[in-house]
Amino acid sequence: MAIVATIVFLLLRFSAGDPAAVLAGDAATPETIAAIRTRLGLDQPMAVQLVRWFWQLLHGDLGTSIISNQGVGHLIADRMAPTLALSITTILFAILVAVPLGVVAAWKHGTIVDRAVMTFSVLGFSMPVFVLGYLWILGFAIKLRWLPVQGFSPLSDGIGPFLAHLVLPTLTLSAIYIALIARITRASVLEVLGEDYIRTARAKGVPERAVLMRHALANAAVPIVSVIGIGVALLIGGVVVTESVFNLPGLGRLTVDAVLARDYPVIQGIILVFSGVYVLVNLAVDLAYVLLDPRIRY
Amino acid sequence: MRLPRHPSVRFGALVLLALALAAVAAPWLHTVDPVQLTPRLRLKPPTAEHWFGTDGFGRDLWSRVIYGARISLAIGALVSSVAVVLGLAIGLGAGFVRWLDGPVMRVMDGIMAIPAILLAIAMVSLNGASLATVAVAIVIPEIPRVARLVRSVVLSVREEPYVEAAVGLGTRLPRLLWRHILPNTLAPLVVQGTYVAASAILTEAILSFLGAGIPTEIPSWGNAMAEGRVYFQIAPWIILFPGLCLAVTVLAVNLLGDGLRDMLDPRLAKSVRSFR
Repeated sequence: MAIVATIVFLLLRFSAGDPAAVLAGDAATPETIAAIRTRLGLDQPMAVQLVRWFWQLLHGDLGTSIISNQGVGHLIADRMAPTLALSITTILFAILVAVPLGVVAAWKHGTIVDRAVMTFSVLGFSMPVFVLGYLWILGFAIKLRWLPVQGFSPLSDGIGPFLAHLVLPTLTLSAIYIALIARITRASVLEVLGEDYIRTARAKGVPERAVLMRHALANAAVPIVSVIGIGVALLIGGVVVTESVFNLPGLGRLTVDAVLARDYPVIQGIILVFSGVYVLVNLAVDLAYVLLDPRIRY
Repeated sequence: MRLPRHPSVRFGALVLLALALAAVAAPWLHTVDPVQLTPRLRLKPPTAEHWFGTDGFGRDLWSRVIYGARISLAIGALVSSVAVVLGLAIGLGAGFVRWLDGPVMRVMDGIMAIPAILLAIAMVSLNGASLATVAVAIVIPEIPRVARLVRSVVLSVREEPYVEAAVGLGTRLPRLLWRHILPNTLAPLVVQGTYVAASAILTEAILSFLGAGIPTEIPSWGNAMAEGRVYFQIAPWIILFPGLCLAVTVLAVNLLGDGLRDMLDPRLAKSVRSFR
């Protein structure tokens, strides 16, 4: 995490557009700009700024937005709900769809079903998130009028509208994730299906369903779970785009807004939070291996 | 030249070839100046004169899409070659020089832990938008993937008897790398390179779409779609045509990569793709 934090800091600072100049506006004199720079501590040497930022991080302080003067932690917490809701529905939906697809494709290996799943998977990889999003909006919201076009409805306003606003974003965001998981599920189940114990299980008359679920899927679980973890990186990138397409007031929108306003502390904070989530998810995935495969010990 | 027999290689290569030809021949393909404003013709749906319709400023969308292919293809080619060269250098260094391995790979892990699109958005917006910054911003998150791949190949190859024999015979390092190590990295690099190109094309479009990409006066697919956002409900073609072109292009590159992977080295089938 410390390395991540340093990289984020250095990349952003070296890419120096001057936030003091942006903040002061077009009509500012060099003196005003200099004053603002001093106030924000931007005139200090790079190393001092870095150490100071680290010190604050260790105290759980992500800094203060240059633009709105609110705490970055506070800003992020405010925007957390839509992003979290969207991510959770997407992960659940993707796993529920992708794993069965992958298993069936492996089971019917070489048939038209398999081909269809793999074609879908390549398409999912290639379809840009926002194009898909607009296609859904055009179909379901504008032409059929089944679902709301854009926006977010908090859970406190009732579960119906909350879910209705999440359907299209979830469908949009999960496509690439489904493609990824289905592909890995197919590959790893296919490999396991060639094992001797599968033949043994079939020979002793275990029903096909149980062979697939209990014997094949259970043994193929480790790569599947690990790709679910790796895919979270894709998901985070996708969240930013999906929130922009569907006007969800989440972290992705906060990112885009902060970027347009060159609000360093906010951008740093968001990237750090997202990276932290990614690292934690993958840590959790590593720990899950122990549950899934008793042979793995730490 | 004989056409490769693998169907997805053939499809991918043909689509890309057609696209490259169209990009080069753009001025002669029923196009007008892609930045020419014709306010009288705002938001016209597709017609015989304007095959893909016009956008909010009355610019011909067909022309913008054809000229936009230049940008997307250039970004894809540029980013993948730079990422492959730098990743190769870093991977070779980390694989061969023991004390470099630890620190370099930790930095690579660090970069990989930051979601690529966020990193690119942040870098572009803070550096100011230009073709060069966008390319750099897309290259940086791709380098670690290549570097890791090369390093893993190096680590496995250096234990091979023929490498040990070469070392035993006193082969110098440059020659060792060139004759014995590089050929082994070639096949996975070509495959990884195509995947990098696909993701670079997508990332550029996403950046431009979010308003953190190449300057808006340059006609690229991402920029065309960004301008279509506000009009989506009344003029969906502004987003759909560039979007479908983008999807087909990325699909072609991905299929090319998949096909090359199957052709060059069946053993790669699982390892490369699963680490994307």
